[in-house]
Parts: sequence; structure tokens; C-alpha cells
Amino acid sequence: METFDHNALQETLSAMMPGAVFNTNPQFVEAVVPANDLHKFALELKMNSKTQFDYLVCQTGLDKNEELSVVFHLRSTKLNHSCVLKVITSDRINPEFDSVFDIWKSAEFFEREIFDLLGIKFKNHPDLRRLFLEDDFVGYPLRKDFVDNINIVQ
Amino acid sequence: MKFLYDFSILTNSIHQMLAASLSPLWVFIIELVLVGLVFLGFYAILGLFLVYLERRVCAFIQNRLGPNRVGPQGIFQTIADLVKLLFKELFVVRKADKILFNLAPFIVIIASLMAIGAIPYAKGLHAIDLNIGVFYILAVTSLGVVGILLAGWSSNSKYSLLGAMRSGAQIISYELSVGLSLLAVIIFSGSMQLSTIVESQANGWWIFKGHIPAFFAFVIFLIAATAETNRGPFDLAEAESELTAGFHTEYTGIRFAFFFLAEYMNMFLAAALATTVFLGGWMPFHFFDFSGFNYVMDFIPPFVWFFGKTFVVIYIIMLFKWTFPRLRIDQLLTLEWKYLLPLNLLNIIVIAFIVLMGWHF
Amino acid sequence: MVEKREIILGENEPYVINMGPQHPSTHGVLRFELSLKGETVFKVVPHCGYIHRGIEKMCESNTYQQIIHLTDRMDYLSAHPNNEAVSLCVEKALGIEVPERVKVIRTILSELGRLASHQLWWCAFGMDLGALTTFFYGLRDREKILDIFEESFGSRLLHSYICPGGLMNDVHPNFKQRIKDFIPYFRKKLPEYDQLLSGNVIFKERSRGIGMLSLEDAISYGVTGPSGRGSGFSCDIRKSQPYSAYDRVDFKEILFTEGDTYARYRVRIAEMWESMKILEQLVDQIPDGDYTAKMKPIIKLPEGEYYQSVETARGELGVYIVSKGDKFPVRVKFRTPNFSNLFAINHMAVGHKIADLVAISGSLDLVIPDIDR
Repeated sequence: METFDHNALQETLSAMMPGAVFNTNPQFVEAVVPANDLHKFALELKMNSKTQFDYLVCQTGLDKNEELSVVFHLRSTKLNHSCVLKVITSDRINPEFDSVFDIWKSAEFFEREIFDLLGIKFKNHPDLRRLFLEDDFVGYPLRKDFVDNINIVQ
Repeated sequence: MKFLYDFSILTNSIHQMLAASLSPLWVFIIELVLVGLVFLGFYAILGLFLVYLERRVCAFIQNRLGPNRVGPQGIFQTIADLVKLLFKELFVVRKADKILFNLAPFIVIIASLMAIGAIPYAKGLHAIDLNIGVFYILAVTSLGVVGILLAGWSSNSKYSLLGAMRSGAQIISYELSVGLSLLAVIIFSGSMQLSTIVESQANGWWIFKGHIPAFFAFVIFLIAATAETNRGPFDLAEAESELTAGFHTEYTGIRFAFFFLAEYMNMFLAAALATTVFLGGWMPFHFFDFSGFNYVMDFIPPFVWFFGKTFVVIYIIMLFKWTFPRLRIDQLLTLEWKYLLPLNLLNIIVIAFIVLMGWHF
Repeated sequence: MVEKREIILGENEPYVINMGPQHPSTHGVLRFELSLKGETVFKVVPHCGYIHRGIEKMCESNTYQQIIHLTDRMDYLSAHPNNEAVSLCVEKALGIEVPERVKVIRTILSELGRLASHQLWWCAFGMDLGALTTFFYGLRDREKILDIFEESFGSRLLHSYICPGGLMNDVHPNFKQRIKDFIPYFRKKLPEYDQLLSGNVIFKERSRGIGMLSLEDAISYGVTGPSGRGSGFSCDIRKSQPYSAYDRVDFKEILFTEGDTYARYRVRIAEMWESMKILEQLVDQIPDGDYTAKMKPIIKLPEGEYYQSVETARGELGVYIVSKGDKFPVRVKFRTPNFSNLFAINHMAVGHKIADLVAISGSLDLVIPDIDR
């Protein structure tokens, strides 16, 4: 069982990431970080001996109608605690975040998937192509405003 | 030496019958056609039977039944398969080299067909009894690699080319071990003529009376011959989990059947050569001086002995294929050049020494 | 006078081979773009998406009960943990405590699924290395497990048996007895696997030191499951975040530190023994009771975000559900184990031969629909 003090972890994280907003989440410590500081904070989270989030469990792109966000589920294999990191943008035309592929290698392909299905771009990503859909596919299917008149039954 | 079953009487009588009524040229032509037809039929039937046998043996090893629906115990299954292959479209890949593409299966199959005539099946029952029989068989079977290389090159497919290159490297390497392990018995018997080698084993097979080195040579021959026929753990040229089907990826219909048949006939040739050279060929099994036992053994016809021994060897080769994983190309070449070849050379020195000192039986 | 031009083919440019989408050893419609030099691979680019069905998109217009049936189609070789992941996530969101009977049966099913999946992996791994006989030995034993499944759920592959709140229906009366019969049977048959493949010299030569994945890389790439545990990555969700009845059974987390193909092989063989140990402990302790908790016909998750991990036969399966209090989820994300496992292959296969690439991808136990979703 994951036994760690949520409040203590939240305090550590808030000290490490000035500017982060903490949401109430019964399961994880959830921090919303400013998009500009994402790469810096992510690197800090991995490198800092108090947190050591070395395992990126899951990176999810999210579309909540008005805002696009990317959610990171992080876990530390050494300290056995986990947290959730979020970045949010309201720019729907050209959403862009920092890539974290150099911190967690698995991010490279999570980010390609997010780009493929949600159209969120990642700065400095080495190979930002569509992953699942064909290269000439128009639109980003996981967005809420995606309309596919042929295939989707409402 | 007197043999109970001497087929040279039969063949000589046919020859004399023809010679009595026809000119020598016609006798020659008719005998050529007759021998050709007999071997073609023999080749086709044996090939079909070997395919069936392999499927049954493989099924036996794999907890299955194998083909059992077409005919009694499924013996006509391969004939049905052959008919199916005959009706298939002969597909040629675009931009493939058509002439070489068509030529390749014929080279492969002719190479194995040429070798099969030189093997003595019983006393007087062989097409050609060359005084360099072993050398001839080695030379002719090696031609097959040309066909495989051509097939890989002309297919205009990357998988085929890789398979062909693997096959080329493999066959050329293992040719050495095959030749050297056969050389062991050539030193013992003092002849390259296959009939002489067989008759030199009348009082004991070379694998028994050649001390340990002869047994050693037999084991090396079995490994090398398996590799040479692209079978068993050495089927890198086909390697269906890596190269889909290797050099014959692009072949269909009867052209594919030719490759398929040639593979089985090469296996038969390897087994037949092992039988002839190491296991006494068509010679019956004799047990020292138990003349009663030996006399009973003599009554069993020589071709029964020959095919019995050959199929035992074939069964061993099939067991290899269905139990071992495949080697990698570098491991394959390492096995040959670093282990088998030096051991083989050492073995030949030992044998030469034994023969020189006259220690062999 | 025509100028003479000399073109040397293959001198500097790579010899590119497309392995797949139809290839015997990619285990489905996956394509590797290999750059070769001779036989040596120096770049692998995996191309996936040939079987992308948009399960995550489909989930957004389906109720939670319907989503269960979509999850079967991801990792179809061990379908139970997929169902279980969504069910647990929904139950966690609703705050439902499922009956004890359900917990135990779910655990038994997960372990049976793991056994069946590892058996099929063993078959296919042998095939990848050219030992064709393994396929029939593995399938012989897998058939017994599928028979147990068939008797209880009426299906052999896509069960959709575990649903939010419990199980679809109660297990067959023979269920217990059949598992009791199966365990001693398979205990006798499993050593055959070792005799046929594990002890073979050629097999050892082919798998030892091939496809090295260090612990740091395994964590960084997120390689979980037996593949990760072969590198010493202690990533067993059954141990670290026990769900269902895993907190009351005694089993070892198999860890090997070599990180090569042979280590990954041995992890799976050892896991089969552990799975049988778990089954043995649980099969006599199936309590009586309901096979499902009381559920409303329409499940509406309260607003929020829920995450649940389970351990499938291939690694960590995470389900991330974002709900707005509706009967449809806003977003469902499946963190599938094979997705992360696959992309470590470029790192592992570079410098090896083609035959090794096949062995490495076999040792990762890839199921392509699980990658593409």
C-alpha cells in the first residue's frame, strides 16, 4: 500500500514549485504548474532527493471544452510516493508546452500520442509526428469540438 | 566377395538384351532414358513421401496427429498439396530479373537430382559408379547454392536477398566440414569410389571399426550436413520468424514446390551419404562371428538395409529441426570456423596416424 | 562522350527493411522500420496505429458498463485485468465496497489470465527463436484454462466478465473443482517448458546478454511488468498498491537484475509458479455471498478525476477517468503497459542482429491492440 503523508508531500512540493496551485484530490497530491515553468519544475521533481519522481506513469492530454491540459502521473520508485502534475492552456489554436522527453524517456511517445489525438504541440520534441493516425488526417479526434460526420454516432 | 542379392546380374542382363538387338548408340540412348525416368519417378515419390514423413514426425513430436484425412493415414495429403501447388499462379514480382528468377528453382532441383544417381542403393544398383563418387556428390550438391543465391538476388526483395546471403555464407562454410568429415572415411577405406567404400565395410561399418575418430567424424558430418541442407536449427536462409521465408519469399506455385522438394531431397542425400560412408550403405549388420545371426541378416535385401539406415538418419535430422531453436548467423559461422573446422582437422590427423600405424581393423 | 558515373549501392546509406505490418514475428500489425548494415540493426523505428480503433474516443460516448466491453479488446490475451481496472476505478469513485466473494474471484481470474497469457507468450517466444514445437506445448496447457473460462463465462478470449460492482453472473459450480484439478496438472507440465527451451544451449546463447535494459532505462522508459522486473524494476502493482484480494495472499515479486532477454524469460517462467501459488491459496477460500454489490442501473460518477492501476500480465495498466457527474465520462485514458514497453525497443535492439531484434520484441511480450487502443 502506498503509505505516505499527503500533506507533507504537498508542503515539499509547494516549497519546490513556487507559483504552483494545489487542487484538492482525494487520491493524489495534485499541482497545477504554470506552463512556462513546466520543464524546470519537472526536472526539479526528478532530481531533488526529497521527491525523486523518476517514473512517469502516465501522461494524458485532456480537453475540457474551454481549456486544454496535460496531466502527468508521477511516481517515485525509491520513495514510493506519487503525485499529479498539470499544465493548462486556454489557447485552442496553437497550444504548446515544453517537452519533458529528456527527463522521462517515455514522455517522447506519450507526447506524440497527445499531439496526434489532441493537437497539443511540444517544444523541443525530437520527432513530433502523428503516432496512430495517418499523416494526412485532418483534425484532432479527442478534442471536444472535433466533428466527424461520417463515423461517429452521437 | 559373394553377395546374396547382386543386382548387377539384372542390370547386365538388361544391357545384354538391348545390345543383342540394337546398335551401341541406341543402347546408350535407351539406357539413358530408362535410368532418367526411373530416377525421376524415384525422386518425385521419395520427395512426396519425405514431406509426408516430416509432417507426421513433427506432429508426433508436437502432440498432434498430423495429416490423417486424405487417404489412409493421410498418405495422399502431399499429393493433394502438390496438385494445389500445380494450379497456383506463377507470380513474378515487378522488376524482378525474370530469366534468373525462373532459372533458380531448376538449378536447385537439378543439383540434387544429379547427386542422387551416384549413390549405391544395392550391389549393382546405381546409375553411375564414378571412381571419385564422394567428390562428385560434394561438387554437385554445392551447385544448389548458386540457385539459392540467384533466387535471392533476382527476386527484387530485401528479405530474399538477406536470406540468400545468409545461405551463401552458411553453405560455403559448412561445405568444408562436410568434405573433411567424409575425408576421414576416405582415408580409412583408401578410395573415393562409393561402391568400394561400401564394400570395404563388409566386415564392419566404419562408424564401429574406425575407432572414436570415425564416430566423431560422423557426428560432425551430421551437424554440417544439416547446416548444408538449410534445415533444422540452421534454417537461417528461410528463418520464417525473421525473414518471412528467406530466399523463396517471392516464389509461388510449382517454383516454390521445386525449392521445397529440393530441400527434402538434399536431406535425403545427406542421410544417404552418411549411411553409405559411415553406416555401411546397403551392407547388412554383422555381429562379429555369430554366423547364424549374420546369415539371417544377409537375407534382408540390401535396399531395405539402405533405406532403413537412411530413414533413421533422416529421423535424427528431423528431431533436430523440431526441438532446437534457431542459431544466429554469427553463432552459426562461429560454430563452423572456430569449433568444427579445427576439430575436424585434428580428427583427420589422428585418423591418418591410425591408418599409418595400421591400427584400424 | 557520356560521362561515366559510379554509384556504389549501400555504401553509406542504410539498408532499410520494413518488418511488418504483416510479418510472422511482430505478433500482429506492427511495423518496424529497420535500418541495417549487413545484418546488424542500427535503428529501429516502430510504426503503430494499424489497429487503432479509438477506444478512448469511443469511451466518451459510452456508459461505464459499456466501456467494460471495449477494454477487452485492448490486451485480449489477459482480458480480466482490463475489465478489473475500469471496474475498480468506477467503484473507487462511487465509494462502493464489493463483496468478499467478488474480490477473491477477481483475483483468481486475474491469475488464471496471467497464466494463460504467459503460456501463450512462451509459445510465441519459442516460435520467434525458431523452436516451433513450443507452440503446441504451450497451447495444450492454455486450452485447460480457456476451458475453465468458457464454462463460467461462455467465452474464451473476450470475457467482459468483471463489471462495475462485481461480476456479470456467478461462476459455474464446477469452477472451484476445475481449478483444483488444473493446478497439479500444470505443476507437472511446467517443468516440461524448462526441459524443452530453458535448458537448451542454443536458446541460452540466443537470449543471454541480448537486449540489455538497465534499471535506470527501464524506469525512464516506463517498462513495467515482467519486462521491467527482468531489469530489477520493482513495479508489481499487486505488491505496491494491492487491490482485490492481493493483500491477503502470500507471493513473491520476481526480480532479476540482469536486464537481458533471458532474465525477462525467467521472470515469466517464475511468475507462472507464483501464480499457481496464489491460486492454491485462494481457491479454497472463495466465500459464499453475492456475486455483485447493489448497483444502480445507470452509473453516474461524481465530478472528479480517478486513477487506478492494476497489474496485467504485461505490466501496469492505468485507467484515468475524468468525470463531470454525467453518465458518460469526459475523458478515459488507458495507460497500457505495451505502449511504454514497445518504445524501449530502439534502445535495446541497436547493435544487435535481426534475429536478436525478433528475440527482444518477443521477450517484451507485445500485444499490438494494447499499444494502438
